[in-house]
Amino acid sequence: MNPAPHVEVRNLIVTVPGPDGAPLRIVDDVSFEVARGEVLALIGESGSGKTTIALALMGYGRGGAAISGRIRVGDATLDGGGASLAAQRGRQISYVAQSAAAAFNPARRVIDQVIEPALIHRTASSGDARASAVELFRALGLPSPETIGSRYPHELSGGQLQRLMAAMALITRPDLVIFDEPTTALDVTTQVSVLQAFRRVVRQQGATGVYVSHDLAVVAQMADQILVLNRGRVREHNRTGKLLAAPADDYTQLLIAAAHPHVKAQAAVPAKPEPLLEIAGLHAGYGPIDREGRPTLPVLSDVSLTIMRGAAVGVIGESGSGKSTVARVVAGLLAPVTGTVSLAGEPLAPTVSGRTREQLRRVQIVFQNADVALNPAHSVGDILGRVLRFYHDLRGADAQRRVAELLDLIRLPAAVAERRCDELSGGQKQRVNLARALAANPDLILCDEVTSALDTVVRGAILDLLADLRRDLGVAYMFISHDIATVKALCDEIVVLYKGTTVQSGRRESYDTPPLHPYTDLLIRSVPELRPGWLADETVQAAAPFAHMPESTHLCRLLPRCPLAISGRCDAIAPPLRKTSAGHMLLCHRTEAELIG
Amino acid sequence: MKRGNLARAIRAFPWSGKLGLALVLFWITIALVGRLIAPYPSGAFVSYEVFAGASGKFWFGSDFLGRDVLSRLLVGAQFTVGLSAVAVTIAVALGTGFALTAAVGPRWLDELLSRAMDTLISIPSKIFALVLVAAFGSSILLLTLIVSITYVPGNFRIARSLAVGLARLDYVEVARARGEGRPYIALVEILPNMIRPLFADIGLRFVFIVLLLSGLSFLGLGLQPPDADLGSLVRENVNGLGEGALAILVPALAIASLTVGVNLLIDAATQGKVQ
Amino acid sequence: MSAANRRSLWRGAGRLIVKRVGLALVTLLLVSAVIFTISGLLPGDAAQEVLGRGATPEQIAALRHEMGLDRPAPVRYAEWLADIVRGDPGQSLVANKPVADIISERLPNTLTLAALATLVSVPFAFLIGIASAVSRGRKLDRALNIATLSMVALPEFLVATIAVLVFAVELLWLPSITIVPKNPTFAEYVRAYAMPVMVLAVGVVAQLSRMIRAAIITELDRPYVEMALLKGVRPLRLIFRHVLPNAVGPIVNAMALSLSYLFGGAIIVETIFNYPGLASLMVNAVTSRDMPLLQACAMIFCAAYLLLVLIADTIAILANPRLRQA
Repeated sequence: MNPAPHVEVRNLIVTVPGPDGAPLRIVDDVSFEVARGEVLALIGESGSGKTTIALALMGYGRGGAAISGRIRVGDATLDGGGASLAAQRGRQISYVAQSAAAAFNPARRVIDQVIEPALIHRTASSGDARASAVELFRALGLPSPETIGSRYPHELSGGQLQRLMAAMALITRPDLVIFDEPTTALDVTTQVSVLQAFRRVVRQQGATGVYVSHDLAVVAQMADQILVLNRGRVREHNRTGKLLAAPADDYTQLLIAAAHPHVKAQAAVPAKPEPLLEIAGLHAGYGPIDREGRPTLPVLSDVSLTIMRGAAVGVIGESGSGKSTVARVVAGLLAPVTGTVSLAGEPLAPTVSGRTREQLRRVQIVFQNADVALNPAHSVGDILGRVLRFYHDLRGADAQRRVAELLDLIRLPAAVAERRCDELSGGQKQRVNLARALAANPDLILCDEVTSALDTVVRGAILDLLADLRRDLGVAYMFISHDIATVKALCDEIVVLYKGTTVQSGRRESYDTPPLHPYTDLLIRSVPELRPGWLADETVQAAAPFAHMPESTHLCRLLPRCPLAISGRCDAIAPPLRKTSAGHMLLCHRTEAELIG
Repeated sequence: MKRGNLARAIRAFPWSGKLGLALVLFWITIALVGRLIAPYPSGAFVSYEVFAGASGKFWFGSDFLGRDVLSRLLVGAQFTVGLSAVAVTIAVALGTGFALTAAVGPRWLDELLSRAMDTLISIPSKIFALVLVAAFGSSILLLTLIVSITYVPGNFRIARSLAVGLARLDYVEVARARGEGRPYIALVEILPNMIRPLFADIGLRFVFIVLLLSGLSFLGLGLQPPDADLGSLVRENVNGLGEGALAILVPALAIASLTVGVNLLIDAATQGKVQ
Repeated sequence: MSAANRRSLWRGAGRLIVKRVGLALVTLLLVSAVIFTISGLLPGDAAQEVLGRGATPEQIAALRHEMGLDRPAPVRYAEWLADIVRGDPGQSLVANKPVADIISERLPNTLTLAALATLVSVPFAFLIGIASAVSRGRKLDRALNIATLSMVALPEFLVATIAVLVFAVELLWLPSITIVPKNPTFAEYVRAYAMPVMVLAVGVVAQLSRMIRAAIITELDRPYVEMALLKGVRPLRLIFRHVLPNAVGPIVNAMALSLSYLFGGAIIVETIFNYPGLASLMVNAVTSRDMPLLQACAMIFCAAYLLLVLIADTIAILANPRLRQA
């Protein structure tokens, strides 16, 4: 065993050409080392330089980045003393990219891409490489390992591609594997098994790892030591357990605090609750409608929910659950196939064109990505002013005064009104995005993943703002998210969607204890906890007895994934909607007692 | 863009962009004042020698009838630049107008417009122009309309794909959810964001139009005597080709310097985006 | 993957291609309607044209009747279309010969010219396009960029003029008009075609190489390219194994487009070099307002263009696994 550390980085500086031509430091004097077989995590928010450092380990700089300082990986160094880092790409040092869906070449079969590193570096013959690829596929838990390689990337799911990319990284048995946010693009229930597979295989090969992530809880499972980065500088570097238990740096403390979202302000529950929005029996989808009245791409089936005046209802689900479609139907952007939406007792027309301006004013929608939700051609003042003129006929000085009030409400200086949106930061844009909805004085704001594109610390601030606004203005929210922790922080009621059906709904507290719907249970248990060893403790999920069954719209949609499915019932008839003794609703064949036990 | 920014952007141009800008400004000036600074009337027979070489009296020599090439060039440029500018304005106004209508209008209207434009774009532009000229003749007004109509489908295609892309963005969805009408969405939300990317297309289309117009005149199907644009000058002196007369080379080079200049300018102005 | 599975994939591609063929035919039908309508809108009609200004209204009416011009437009269109499909687009008004005869005499000449120009242009265009994409932003790319940018903007008659001045007037290497002798030797063939092909190629090379560069650069910016680099893939392999398979669609479309540009160039080139092709024939038809001839020429050019686009689409579908299985 070599006593020297496997990876050694001294005074690493990376610069890129700035807008005025002067070099801009994006990584500033970073030093660390990693012992052979250990995993180091680089953690930080966007712009922290974590990916830049990881790529520098392969001697690679994006977009004209200049790397200086000392980097040594095994015998290879940055300047080529021994061997150059660049020559080790794909051989001794390999890389797993964030979005496997984009990082695989769409025109080539997966297997050809997986074995390519072995072929170009001549570490194995084509036949041997194929054989070890199949072994890796099996070890990574991929279905039909013998034949999956002959598919094209577009035929595979995100989770599968991410595993295949790990196989590609491991095919040459590298000494160092760099994982760059490898599970960030995945759904939380997929993430767990991918993480488990990664950890198992990297340990088997005895490789050293560098794991780049923004998610402390994920990193806590994967890494032996953690390096906290902020704006290209090291804030703290320690063993994982110590860093999580006793963070020394205030920025680390901030990150740890933000990992548990909670809001300070709590809205008072109105004395006499009256329903504001009622959705009943909603079916919706995209594409032409067939003879049975079903759209080509059905998204929602039989969704019902009620939002009381001033309440915050969370709608949670993974990609493909139809959660955004609910908001689009309520906003009148998509006509439902059947079902009704009513606002304060009045039924709403299916689309915008049939609704009165007053009805439109009362329901406002806020989209996830503020970069595309605000028109870059207009100033903040124009954007807010247009809403004021449109709904309230406010012009001139009155409008200006109101714009200033709105900006104050979202805690931005009044001078921001003059700025164009592309001059604002991500958090500021999201505040303006909210302000535009507030300008209408709405009763209900549909928040579609409004915190998902934000960094953890900014996310906390926006959540607080949402809670304050609700308390102060009495506005109700439909808060759509994929993140159960965020939803729990803000909402009093939660609806869980799975593939377009409501599987569970009820008050927030009811999600803390069983009975839970099997899917809700999976969802909650899949969220990594901020303690090392959580992933190992997590028992491998029980096998689903009907994994071979295709998903059917006539049965429980979870059937192929459900470990609790009952033969003769779940695979035969649609599940009933049960009301539990705690007062929440479950769509399941299992009884309350069975789900508790 | 503020004035300071514009100056800074121009200073940052590569030499080719500066050359392009100089050529474009030069031709705009000529188009504005050409007739005024021409040393001789463009139709006057001033030299006894035909296809004369350059001299102090006739800077670019004389043409096949002994007229002053420089004077004819100055007047011809006015036609070429002026008609092309009008034609490109009409082409882009129609093409982009249809594109916006297609992007915010009902689906059937989009299908109808797209189908119609796809049909027109399947007729190669010079062929289309020839058919139009054969049918309608080539008075100045008709000629301008013909070359602009020829390039409407191309502009429509680019503008529509831009507009449809923008119409899917969340800020347009928000405007729609607010209850805004189609004209507001097209003109206030979408159009301002199309202008910059369309700029390159406008320049390119101007170049195509100059080339088509001069091509038609060169074939004798464009501007009719006594009016003459740069293409006509090349045509009427084509007999001087065998002796390498300036009278044919100079107008041809003039067209090239205009079109190459525009191209270099667009390239420099869009560099940041393209690369 | 099972054989049955594979077969169904190809059936998917087949369906898509059949759809494209159908679409191309519909477009061609619409194009024919456009051409017929425009050329039928002639202010004075064909009978007037043939008889000249001195004709009496009675004479014109008689000829109109004889030519069938007094019948309703849809009927005339249907007959005209049927004639064209049958390969007999009528009688030339000026030459007094069947249009089919004139065209069959001229068409091969234009096809030869186009084929030669394509043969010369495509390799150069690929070379320039790939070289500048790979050296993106560096000196070579910038130089090639300015060169092709300028070449695209040159009018054909300037290129032709300069070529004549250099090769025919100064060097006396090549003739200034293109006459292909009967049964030419290879040297005669090359001498005859050198200049027109060269002039056409300038524009095609410039246009095609720019589009190839753009297609490759779009791909170079995609994440899979960075991934390939991080696997240790070398530049040549990167271009040929990773990038080009993804750029096939845009590149073949660019080729179809620049070949159609070639038709436009042929109009000028054939006229300058006095080459007896279809394009110069069409110009004559416009000058003499010989509508049947003009319509037939226009239809041939449009059909050729649609065919090129169809071939490009088919190749693009077959090259893209996602479309192949759609």
